[in-house]
Amino acid sequence: MSTDAIALPRTELASRPFVDALHEWVTTVDHKRLGILYIVYALVFLVIGGFEAGVMRIQLVRPHNDFVSPQVFNRMFTMHGTTMIFFVAMPLVFGFANYLVPLMIGARDMAFPRLNAFSFWLTGFGGLLLYFSLVGANGLYGGGNAPDVGWFAYAPLTSRTFSVGHSTDFWTLGLLVSGFGSIGTAINILTTILCLRCPGMSLGKMPLLVWLNFVMSGMVVLAVSPLTAAQLMLLVDRYLGGHFFDTQAGGSAVIWMHFFWIFGHPEVYVLVIPAFAFASEIIPVFSRKAIFGYPVMVAATICIGFIGMSVWAHHMFTVGLSSNANTFFVLSTMAIAVPTGIKIFNWLATMWGGKIEFKTPMLFCVGFLFQFLIAGLTGIMLSAAPFDWQLGNSYFVVAHFHYVIVGGILFTVFAAFYYWFPKMTGRMCDETLGKLHFWLFLIGFHLTFDFMHIPGLLGMPRRIYTYEPGRGWDIWNLIVTIGVFFQALGTLVFVANLLWSYFKGKAAGNDPWDAWTLEWSTNSPPPAYNFATIPTVKSRRPLWDLKHPDDPDWKYE
Amino acid sequence: MNATPTTIAEREIMLSRPARGRVGMFGLIAAEAAIFTIFVVAYLFYVGKSLTGPMPREVLSVPIFYTICLLSSSLTIHVAVKALRRGNVRVFGDWWLVTIALGAAFIYGTAMEWHRLIFHDGLTISTNLFGTTYYSLVGLHGLHVVVGLLALSMVMVFTLVGNVRSEHAERVDVLSLYWHFVDAVWVVVFTVVYVTGR
Repeated sequence: MSTDAIALPRTELASRPFVDALHEWVTTVDHKRLGILYIVYALVFLVIGGFEAGVMRIQLVRPHNDFVSPQVFNRMFTMHGTTMIFFVAMPLVFGFANYLVPLMIGARDMAFPRLNAFSFWLTGFGGLLLYFSLVGANGLYGGGNAPDVGWFAYAPLTSRTFSVGHSTDFWTLGLLVSGFGSIGTAINILTTILCLRCPGMSLGKMPLLVWLNFVMSGMVVLAVSPLTAAQLMLLVDRYLGGHFFDTQAGGSAVIWMHFFWIFGHPEVYVLVIPAFAFASEIIPVFSRKAIFGYPVMVAATICIGFIGMSVWAHHMFTVGLSSNANTFFVLSTMAIAVPTGIKIFNWLATMWGGKIEFKTPMLFCVGFLFQFLIAGLTGIMLSAAPFDWQLGNSYFVVAHFHYVIVGGILFTVFAAFYYWFPKMTGRMCDETLGKLHFWLFLIGFHLTFDFMHIPGLLGMPRRIYTYEPGRGWDIWNLIVTIGVFFQALGTLVFVANLLWSYFKGKAAGNDPWDAWTLEWSTNSPPPAYNFATIPTVKSRRPLWDLKHPDDPDWKYE
Repeated sequence: MNATPTTIAEREIMLSRPARGRVGMFGLIAAEAAIFTIFVVAYLFYVGKSLTGPMPREVLSVPIFYTICLLSSSLTIHVAVKALRRGNVRVFGDWWLVTIALGAAFIYGTAMEWHRLIFHDGLTISTNLFGTTYYSLVGLHGLHVVVGLLALSMVMVFTLVGNVRSEHAERVDVLSLYWHFVDAVWVVVFTVVYVTGR
């Protein structure tokens, strides 16, 4: 077909010097290589962040445990949260967006390839800056050697008085730098989608993944910038003696909360919308049906984008807002369940009557559907302010948002790995290992996060170092910790699968899943120029039209 | 997709979509606008909450002349880009230089105002909440003016060397978008700091 790679004689040397390969990767501006760099970078930090979670769970496995000191425990939950959000989830989202968006819209690269590389390295060095605090933060003050103020770093904990040394500065600067990278990449994705679509691809014919990443990027531009502004203010406070968050000079600690959560809640949607995007591509292919309700899916996503910007203060019910503010944020938070519910029904309707193939990517997507539903239901429970007054800052909240982030986002990210791995490497992932990974992780996930709700309901606060025996929390904490080992084992199988399949997996061919979007029309892995000829599309499923010239989609759309 | 190879040249595809530079610049402007919004909100939130003096009413005077300088530079940069579109590089260079001069005058005005505030009125960024929010907001805007001036000066150097021609009008226009944004932000900052906050 027209979009096949240009056949060139293989000129690769048998053994290229390692330095040459390294140089190519470091200086690359190719969206596919940068995408893979983002993803590998995120995987490294996923292991680090997971290790930190493991330390916390071992500490909490029984009452009066002293596996680590309280100081180390504080550092662990701060580093775990910061790492997982900013240096695992965000790079994963941007990595897949980088790799897939240009391929899916039939473009040769992103709109600004060099900005793309610049943004990646900013994000990369942001993560290094955060972890450099382990050696660099001690300073001359005898302060802690890693940030320990929690991932949302409430004032006045971050003031010079309570945060001596430089650990908080490393936290601030790491997030500031990676934030610039995020904004750069988001602008790049927006521009790519608006300017580089192939002929025939009107906005209404873009794959859903592209639409959803468009909304995600718009949210990054509007939501990460407030965090940047708040971090600048914190730097002014810490280095220039400013009083933004200094209550003794009339400043307000609550305004930091507002600024942080104006970023923090949209951030949840920044992460979950790409997860929706993966599900919206994978579920139709393995149900052998076109997505149900494409226009409604797009409209629901845009709705989520707008409403998601106006729900932030539901993180602050326990602070004591006015009753008007409480009412507004309760209602807006509940309202967001409507477009999200529409999406769940659309995925179910896509599967309904389909010829479902339970390959590994589909298994993870089905797990996502159920788990994300439960995560949404506990979300609605917490959106009611009186309920939140009771359970805010308890393990119930921790269980709720891990249900969203692990049960929702991480499961679809795993699905995306299994689904697009053949495109990225040219080799299939092993199905047996994949299914083992799925079941191990599913069991581990449910052991950990189902049972984590219960100590929360029983009154166990989050971020405590240890607890008294005999409060009814002991057995639940034990089960929760046991679940972590299943998840770690599952992740180990996953990494082993990736490595084994990369070297030994069976050849994938261009289109192993019999899918319908443009990335499957080119080689696996795609050549640097993506498409030998820029494709022309007539419908949302260009490869379906190609494979079924007798019954093409464009007759019906 | 057609089974037969397409014949549409890539150039035509690029021409049928909006220009990359403009879209990218609008994205940057949206992000910057969000950053300024947070600083403006902080300023408004802390108006009148300082525990000690000096207060804005006592020390701030309205910088009308320098405001006129900055706002009129939007006009001159527009005239400059229009001249470049027509291929008149000389006229472009003249108006571009006027734009830089007006921007520099504005920065000079800010510098003088700060000098007076610091050494005469004893207001620094750590004096009180007013100082913290005032220097942050006006300083953030001033920083954007300085960055804009650096970019404008680079184009000026290229013009003097003779490397700017009419086909660069589109790119220069993208830069002028940024300059217009910096001016528009000043309208907001001016209103907040010198009108409502005083």
